[in-house]
Amino acid sequence: MSAKFPLTLHQVLVRRQGKTVIGPLNLKLETDGVTIIVGPNGSGKTTLLRVMHGIERINGGTVSWAQDDPSKHAFVFQSPVVLRRSVAENLAYPLRLLKVPDAEVKAAVAQWLARIGLSGKAQTAATRLSGGERQKLAIARALIRKPDVLFLDEPCANLDGHATREIEAILKESATAGTRLVMATHDMGQARRLAQDLVFMLNGRIHESGKAEPIFVAPKTKELAAFLMGDIVV
Amino acid sequence: MKRFLVATVALLFAQGAAAEDMRLAVTTSFDSSGLAEVLLPAIKADLDIDLRLLVVGTGQALKLGEAGDVDAVLVHSKAAEEAFVAAGHGTHRREIMYNDFVVIGPATDVAGIRDGSSAADALARIAAVQAPFVSRGDDSGTHKAELAIWTSAGLAADGFGPWYQSVGAGMGAALNTAAGLDAYIFADRASWLNFGNKGNLALLYSGDPALFNQYAFLPVNPAKNANIRNDLAMKLEDWLTSPRASDLINGYEINGEALFVFNAVAQ
Amino acid sequence: MGGNSWNSVAISIQKRNSDPTERTSEFGRWMIDIYEGLKAALWLVVSLDPELWDISLRSLRVTLTALVVASVIAIPLGTYLAVQRFRYRRFVISLINALMGLPPVVIGLLVYILLSRSGPFGVLNLLFTPTAMIIAQVIIITPVIASIAHQAMRELWAEYHDLLISLNTTKWQRIVTLIRDGRRNLLTAALAGFGRAIGEVGAIMIVGGNIDHVTRVLTTAIALETGKGDFALALGLGFVLIGIAIVVNLAIHTLSRTEREGRW
Repeated sequence: MSAKFPLTLHQVLVRRQGKTVIGPLNLKLETDGVTIIVGPNGSGKTTLLRVMHGIERINGGTVSWAQDDPSKHAFVFQSPVVLRRSVAENLAYPLRLLKVPDAEVKAAVAQWLARIGLSGKAQTAATRLSGGERQKLAIARALIRKPDVLFLDEPCANLDGHATREIEAILKESATAGTRLVMATHDMGQARRLAQDLVFMLNGRIHESGKAEPIFVAPKTKELAAFLMGDIVV
Repeated sequence: MKRFLVATVALLFAQGAAAEDMRLAVTTSFDSSGLAEVLLPAIKADLDIDLRLLVVGTGQALKLGEAGDVDAVLVHSKAAEEAFVAAGHGTHRREIMYNDFVVIGPATDVAGIRDGSSAADALARIAAVQAPFVSRGDDSGTHKAELAIWTSAGLAADGFGPWYQSVGAGMGAALNTAAGLDAYIFADRASWLNFGNKGNLALLYSGDPALFNQYAFLPVNPAKNANIRNDLAMKLEDWLTSPRASDLINGYEINGEALFVFNAVAQ
Repeated sequence: MGGNSWNSVAISIQKRNSDPTERTSEFGRWMIDIYEGLKAALWLVVSLDPELWDISLRSLRVTLTALVVASVIAIPLGTYLAVQRFRYRRFVISLINALMGLPPVVIGLLVYILLSRSGPFGVLNLLFTPTAMIIAQVIIITPVIASIAHQAMRELWAEYHDLLISLNTTKWQRIVTLIRDGRRNLLTAALAGFGRAIGEVGAIMIVGGNIDHVTRVLTTAIALETGKGDFALALGLGFVLIGIAIVVNLAIHTLSRTEREGRW
């Protein structure tokens, strides 16, 4: 697992419709931990995540893993995408793509259903779940393949306190189990709760980054200081 | 449920055994007369031939013969038939039977053709009052015969006004249109007698020798392709010109009226 | 049309029609025609008329076969067009939509020319057989099914796009997933094709020849009886055709249980 890292982004540039969305941008992600990306809306957090995951086309620079195996990343979108199938089949889907044997699939699905508390709704159509349940499903579906890295794009943005707490619990568990988490959020409380490393983005560039604790206590740039105070930063 | 479905599928796709199949293109007038229903079973019994009838207009029938898609053709348009044979598409022309054409019109007979002195006179009277008239307009034997009568009356059909409606359809469809419009129409007696939607129409004029309607059998030239069953066509021709066919054809009646007159000569 | 029971219905109508003085008023006439049609339909079905069986089964056989073949072509095609970007994609999609509007009788003529013994595929001896009719109908309904399938798959793909790409699926896996999850709408597409085919008459008349006991089906029989002026029988056959179409639709919906709530 550690051979996959570090992930190096070198002079990465993304332009859409004539405007620079992010870049030029340099970042290096090491092996362990939980990296939280924060920044105002429109600062490019989503794009950065997608670039790291490999589902966004870049116009300049390089994105390189030490050893890339794309099936070992997973992504959770801000609006949970569920397949028009039952909850259990949603969970099983990534495993079936990898042709995992049936018995293993059943076991993994049962285990994760229990962890996200949806065992009673295994046969329900996933489209009938609430927002929080869907997002839990999406995260479970992402984690069921035991990915090395999990990217999350503001997963709790539209959820209530209950759901947020449950999800953060699941994320903490998987981080402890060794999954590398890279998550964007605009909820500073959540950032404080979860971050080990922090990346602050502004206008498509990384404004400041480093270990979470020191930055929260003493931000180096005034923009980050203002942002941490809750000011609107442009 | 599953067994029901399997049985249904099996039933749908069951194929019958194939006997000796022969394809004959015939005109819609012939089919409308109903004579085929008498002849086909007899042909099957006597010759063990499954005669497959393609009921199309004369023009299309001759075209099918030209393409070699049928084994023989039975139509009623002498000039076109002779051209067909001359061009090498058919081996020869054999006359089988005739019926006659009649002029049908609204029972009120606004053009007064009941008193017509001849077929040409009858049609001329219709043109004179510009009464509604439906024409086959499809280059069929009936259509050609109609045009010939107009010509003999000194009139040109393509110069007529909107009272003359050229529908481009088979006999039955044209009769339907005439019934719907209370119009005059030139038809063959057999189709008229067998027609089921007469409405206000009645048979107004008949009997002029110029309305003679000869049916002929033309075997398609077997040199066209290897699939043409000229052997069956010859068998059928022999049968159609035999006393047996003569009895059936002369004996075919609708409401007590005979429709066709057998006139094949031995060869 | 041969067979006794046809004639018994036809002659009874003839007797009524041949005497003009017996005609009822214009207002009543059309109602009687429809009533006679319904009566004819009922009688034909209840008496298990063998002619009716023959042509109905053939109608179903030709159309259902055409439906299966056309779906096998059209559904993956429509799905592929939804997920794969390529240079002339928009043109192909517009073309397929345009082909939906092709008059079936024109397609029939083209197929006839190709299958004629004097044509390029004459050696196959397919003309005037049910197979020729199936070929013509496949050509007619494939654009219909492909177009509707494409529309449905496009919407579904927009929904699944990010997720399926994120999960590193192959093109083939995407197509299979879309077809599986969109099967309800694909069924609608297929049934639209079925409707188009079961009521089609122009093309199959030309390539089939409407030969009694060989290529005669419900629609061509209706055309024949209409042409003979036997409206009651034609209507009767028409009602039977409508009935069959409804039964098939219901059967397919029931079998696939697409309307059941909450369960897939």
